[in-house]
Amino acid sequence: MIATPQPRLGSLGGQYRHRLGSFGGLGIALVVWALYAVYFSPTQGWTFFLQLSVNGIILGSIYALIALGYSMVYGILKLLNFAHGDVYMIGSFIGFGILTLFGGALTPVMPVVLLVLIMFVVAMLGSGVLGVAIERFAYRPLRNAPRIAPLISALGVAFFLENSALLLFGAQYRNYDGYDLISYNGIHLGGDAGVFVSYLGVIVISSAVALMVALVCLVRWTRFGKAMRAVSFDREAAAMMGIDPDRVIAKTFFAGSALAGAAGVMFGLLFSQIYYLIGFLAGLKGFTAAVVGGIGSIPGAMLGGLLVGLVESWATGYLNGNVSDLVVFGILIAFMLIRPTGLLGSPALQKV
Amino acid sequence: MAEATPPPADAPLPATAQIGVDSWVSEADERQARHTGLWGYVARGWDRLPPAGKLALVTPAILIPFIPFVSSGNLFNYGIFILIYALLALGLNVVVGFAGLLDLGYVAFFGFGAYTYAFLSGTHSEKGHVYTHHWPAELAIPVAVVVCGVLGVFLGSTSRRLLGDYLAIVTLFFGQAFVVFTNAADPYGITNGSNGLANIDNLRFSFFGHAFTIASVRAYYWFLFGCVIVVLVLLHLLSESRTGRAWKASREDPLAAEMMGMPVNRLKIMAFALGAMIAGLAGTTFAAAQTGAFPQNFSTQVLILIYAVVILGGAGSLTGMLVGALVIIVSNQVLDSTSPPQLQRVLFYLALMVGFAWLFRSSWKKLVTVVVLTIGLGFAVHAVAAEWWPRGIHGPVTSGGFLTGAIKHWVLLPANSGRLADYAYLLAIILAVALTQLKGWWRVAIAPFLFVITVFVWENLLILQPAVTRYVLFGALLIALMATRPQGLFGTARVEIV
Repeated sequence: MIATPQPRLGSLGGQYRHRLGSFGGLGIALVVWALYAVYFSPTQGWTFFLQLSVNGIILGSIYALIALGYSMVYGILKLLNFAHGDVYMIGSFIGFGILTLFGGALTPVMPVVLLVLIMFVVAMLGSGVLGVAIERFAYRPLRNAPRIAPLISALGVAFFLENSALLLFGAQYRNYDGYDLISYNGIHLGGDAGVFVSYLGVIVISSAVALMVALVCLVRWTRFGKAMRAVSFDREAAAMMGIDPDRVIAKTFFAGSALAGAAGVMFGLLFSQIYYLIGFLAGLKGFTAAVVGGIGSIPGAMLGGLLVGLVESWATGYLNGNVSDLVVFGILIAFMLIRPTGLLGSPALQKV
Repeated sequence: MAEATPPPADAPLPATAQIGVDSWVSEADERQARHTGLWGYVARGWDRLPPAGKLALVTPAILIPFIPFVSSGNLFNYGIFILIYALLALGLNVVVGFAGLLDLGYVAFFGFGAYTYAFLSGTHSEKGHVYTHHWPAELAIPVAVVVCGVLGVFLGSTSRRLLGDYLAIVTLFFGQAFVVFTNAADPYGITNGSNGLANIDNLRFSFFGHAFTIASVRAYYWFLFGCVIVVLVLLHLLSESRTGRAWKASREDPLAAEMMGMPVNRLKIMAFALGAMIAGLAGTTFAAAQTGAFPQNFSTQVLILIYAVVILGGAGSLTGMLVGALVIIVSNQVLDSTSPPQLQRVLFYLALMVGFAWLFRSSWKKLVTVVVLTIGLGFAVHAVAAEWWPRGIHGPVTSGGFLTGAIKHWVLLPANSGRLADYAYLLAIILAVALTQLKGWWRVAIAPFLFVITVFVWENLLILQPAVTRYVLFGALLIALMATRPQGLFGTARVEIV
């Protein structure tokens, strides 16, 4: 069989010409859906639809950050890191710890901008180190083991982290009180009855975009990024060219887990309540986003994150919160069955 | 030759980056030949036993109901659960062990079996619908099993298009969808939401006019015992049959199996369906024995437990499933919050000591050094604390039993440990990770500290929440087993040729 190109990290444009059909299909589906939602939903009109969409984009930027970690690790190691969602949960708790340490949301002891910055930095560093430790401890010994072994190990790590968090932080919800910390105000688009975007949402979107731009720059234009792309393309060949794959893999885990930590802090700020199980569902949805976008592809992860966020927001608004998860999972399964390479992934046949 | 010649200057240095996977393959024989000494004797003797002998050796569980002081509650918690999980593990073993497919939605079939039985033989009403079917068990069980089998075919048919990781995820979502379905998304009130279903009939058989009901815990034990034996024998015959060999062939190399004319897709679907049917059987009996089915009986925790059984026992080995179920379920039930803390403490310390002995099994010198250092370190820390930090030794011992004296004089027990135990827990994890990365005498140096801190964490934190501790331990067990002995206790080491 022919060895076809593997999904490539960091490829941005140009090579998607063969995907124009699927983009067109997606665009048409979205437009049809928008028209349907607006004209046939009984009580709400454009405003409601746009409000849901804005909420979905905010949620989606969090999913996109999680999906990036999945996608990078999958691209480089061909491993589903089940523990990724729990790294995100730990990041969220680290951010909460920093917030509490500096006086809490209601009485912060330093300027809010500085506090939020410190929360992000510490949570990203902490989850990054955690990610590297997980890789070193649970995945590296299994580099050459049968495919099923690291998956089971990942399951064990996820379970271990979840229950450790339960042991240390208890089962109760912790409150970030993000709106108290930053502001309850926001931007009203189109008057008071129009679409409302809170400043917090703006902060979340803009910091997510900043992180993604930083990541793309890292992957595209630095030595490390080049090494990472080389290792993900062909680990053995990269090793022969003098790249140490273990170091590159560790750094990739650091970057992916740091993004998950940032996403954890964003989630905490935006939805206020965190507890030890938030990682499971968020991890599944981040994974969905990675698959929908095309696993292994960085722009794909971003696109997939937005789509998953939008779909979840619409399903919550037009159906109800209970089934929104089912809708998201249904989309995932449909994507896997109909188009396993996702929107932007390269067609990857199994190399023999 | 008097002295070893130095390697030539241009010899390739042992690269830290492993290139290729040949070392794993080439060391396979070496790894298997490593069984020497007493362990090797036992292992070879075990291999020579005929299947019936193995079966007889690993079923001491048959004696459980005869132990005089076993109450029906204990028999339920230990006997019934061990058999249920043995059955579940046998089913999962078909999928994971024989066919080599990772099925993370397996627990949903267990749940479907239980809920189908509850629907067919029970009384409940919700949302204006009243369901009172009272099918006899000889109808309800086969129907439930067939329903699960059909669902298994449905889920397995996705494996036609999906490979490896994607399959794992689709099955995980299947399991998750089941959880959502039982809890919330149910318009006709079949599952009664998160309250679950009570009032489920006992198993009531009627053959040719003779009706009998399985009502006592003891009767359920024997019924399940019979089920396990029947399934075990069937699976043994199956694994030796054409189909079983084809499963193993397609597990090792699907492409080569396909080339040999094996219908790989159909084999995968068959494995899924058979596993699902066995899980369904376990589900029906479980629902009847518990006379209820609740969503939390089919949660991710249960999935992890089943995987722990399969992995510890050794995927692919039937006897391993029984031994794995025995070890895992006994640990699980002992560490339940309802069982006496003395028992939990003894089990935890036994596991800890076995773990340390296993770490230093290669060298008596190191083992003895570690033991002496550990004992000394405990007393030293205690003495220092008594001198400088009196509060640190005046905490209460949580139901110490016969170990109270030893704990009081060897373990630090702060009167009000607060966050200290949490930090110690993190420190213990960091030390444990460090221990795995170190070699030789560095390991010996770290080990006593790890032991003392672990005991400190246990006495001050873990013993208060045994139900959480057990899941932490099972998670750690999965990681440790995968890293050190992926074939489990009874499995055969597999080599993946890439």
